[in-house]
Amino acid sequence: MVKSITSFSRSGLLDWLMQRVSAVLLGSYVIFMLAYFLFNADISYQEWRGLFSNFWFKIYTLSILLALVGHIWVGMWTVATDYVKNAWARFLVLAVIALANFIYFVIGFSAVWGA
Amino acid sequence: MKNNRPVNLDLRTIRLPVSAVASIIHRITGVGLFVALAFLMWALNLSLSSEAGFEKVVSAMNHPLAKLVTWGIVSFFAYHLIAGIKHLFMDIGYFEEKESGALASKFVLIASVICILLLGVWVW
Repeated sequence: MVKSITSFSRSGLLDWLMQRVSAVLLGSYVIFMLAYFLFNADISYQEWRGLFSNFWFKIYTLSILLALVGHIWVGMWTVATDYVKNAWARFLVLAVIALANFIYFVIGFSAVWGA
Repeated sequence: MKNNRPVNLDLRTIRLPVSAVASIIHRITGVGLFVALAFLMWALNLSLSSEAGFEKVVSAMNHPLAKLVTWGIVSFFAYHLIAGIKHLFMDIGYFEEKESGALASKFVLIASVICILLLGVWVW
């Protein structure tokens, strides 16, 4: 049987759904952050850290980091497979994307976990 | 492959429809945000690490060039979000016809320009 890796989850439908669910989550976070910065123009370190030390906000941010991993992968995979036609080049591009994606998650996780 | 079909390569007569313009900008901003995350993650990590780190991020963001970058990043977020909302409407069956699709794409472009200008006022 020929197996082709055609998507993140090997199911286009699941990719589609994941992109929508993560999009709604990420969109809510962007709007929340925009509102937070709008209403707190000059925040101090204590206030900023206080926001992230809140248990529920921590959970929210961690779910956002997970949503980001999925959203980046599905989106960047779609774009890379559309424009990079050479298989080896595409593999290289996707490897770099996956590595950056992983590094982003680790940095974000360590930033929020310690706060 | 034998191909006798007529080919139009006159670039002056080929133009992307407005829905394609809206779509390609959605992709460009998506890739741009992926790159911008390197900066955003760095800023998040440093700003939460210590008071000194927080001050470092604040002073770095007050630099004129950093303000331009910040405006760019929030603009990308604004466009990607607004175009993404159009996508969700298309998922439930709206704006899929030629006319309504073009109209929705125009709306996305105009709404984004307004939001980006307002964000510019906010950044400076």
